[in-house]
Amino acid sequence: MAILTVEGLHVHYGAVEAVRNVTLSIDDGEIVTLLGANGAGKSSTLNAIVGLVPSHSGQVGFRGESLVGLATEHLVRLGITLTPEGRRVFGSLTVEENLLLGSMPLGKAGDQRKDNLDRMFGLFPILAQRRQQVAGTLSGGQQQMLAIARSLMSSPKLLLLDEPSLGLAPQIVDTIFDQIVALRDSGITILLVEQNVAMSLEVADRGYVMAAGSIVTSGTAKDLSSSHLIEQAYLGHE
Amino acid sequence: MEIFIQQTINAISLGGTYALLALGLAIVFSIMGMINFAHGELMTITGYTLMYCGLAGFPFLVAAPVAIGVAILAAVIMERVAFRPVRNSSGATMLVTSFAVAVILQTLFQNLISTRSQAVILPDMLAQSIHFGSLSIGINQILSISITLVVLVALNWFLRRTILGMAMRAAAEDFSVTRLMGVRANGVIAGAFAISGALAGVAGVLWVAQRASVDPLMGFIPVLKAFIAAILGGLGSLTGAVAGGFALGFIEIYLAAYLPDHIQPYREALALGMVILLLLLRPNGLVPAFNVGREKV
Repeated sequence: MAILTVEGLHVHYGAVEAVRNVTLSIDDGEIVTLLGANGAGKSSTLNAIVGLVPSHSGQVGFRGESLVGLATEHLVRLGITLTPEGRRVFGSLTVEENLLLGSMPLGKAGDQRKDNLDRMFGLFPILAQRRQQVAGTLSGGQQQMLAIARSLMSSPKLLLLDEPSLGLAPQIVDTIFDQIVALRDSGITILLVEQNVAMSLEVADRGYVMAAGSIVTSGTAKDLSSSHLIEQAYLGHE
Repeated sequence: MEIFIQQTINAISLGGTYALLALGLAIVFSIMGMINFAHGELMTITGYTLMYCGLAGFPFLVAAPVAIGVAILAAVIMERVAFRPVRNSSGATMLVTSFAVAVILQTLFQNLISTRSQAVILPDMLAQSIHFGSLSIGINQILSISITLVVLVALNWFLRRTILGMAMRAAAEDFSVTRLMGVRANGVIAGAFAISGALAGVAGVLWVAQRASVDPLMGFIPVLKAFIAAILGGLGSLTGAVAGGFALGFIEIYLAAYLPDHIQPYREALALGMVILLLLLRPNGLVPAFNVGREKV
């Protein structure tokens, strides 16, 4: 059962076509990775799904509901959320304030907010220690954990992760990927955009590869890692 | 010494009013990236509301909250009618729009009310002073300073302790990610305008209480000063707006009090010169905004 379907998505920035005719679907409980070189259109695809950039044409469906035309702040209430590239935590707010804002899509469900906060502190103990610290003073890895925890505060069904390993030390990257698997095991479907091809294919069930705005190949993670299709997509070989 | 204390009280009082106005500008700027030059007209609207309430025989204690309420309403309407359609345009477009709103309102005041200054009825008590030995302090100023303090403390509480306040601080830093948190863009911006309207309303009441009159261009000069104060403090930084407002108040009052008579005509130039000097030393302002220099997405 597909939780997210994207059909014929186009995104334009002025005259530049950043995303061309992208079609993909994600089933409930999967980790799907979206790979590709810098500028391939991966982030634009994610941003268009959540309405942060307007899509020029195409359909986006989430659990049977169309997301096209819905404002970002409304569609996150349906159970979809994005952890943006570059972490983008609120640097002048404390760790706890960042997390509380993440729970805003829950509306007035106060109990769940408290539960989620406790759960995040259990999942990322370092955040519990840094609870009253302003997020701008956290290390890169801690900020990434905060960014993911902030997304999880809304109890999403589908989590879009944009480059969670960007700029992090290798050990931290391992921790983040372990967390991604743990999140899936807890029932959250994940669409993972990554530059780190090897690690993404290791945790993902399936993958799509983008180049120059289009999807050039797709398949199971196993097939993709054993084929040369990815190298071709990155290097532009025919 | 007495003159010094007296002037210091004047400086705190004037600086406080600048601080309130600069805060109003800064709150809107931090979230929308727009300097609202029609902010001064919110003050003027407050002044006229006070005038009409006085003519209708309302006591000042009723008129003042009504006037602040009208300023809040006017700010929210301004956003809805004039600024929402240009929200995603360039900074220049928004700036010109706010100038247009200011000029339209000034013209309306001139044509519908009067081009001349109108008297505002104030309680006699405001003109009295309290004596401490040889020192006499106007009730006006005591009230002005206390009200400014209460407003600053309340605003600080609101921004730190309420979820809407938190959302506004977050939106000032990164508006798109704030929307990802399910925070309604329209709600946050309307909230920012409501607060800026309230601050302009309080500043307007304090301004009129010192002068007992209102004219169509009343808001222009104080808001120009507040704009300077906001830049001096660090544009978009709320703490900076308060610091800049008080700094400008102190500079103006002390120059007026202590500059030799033959240099007095150059007072404004000197005050602005000192602002430029401070900005040369601290280009991002006294208390820079958190995301200064960072790209707004």
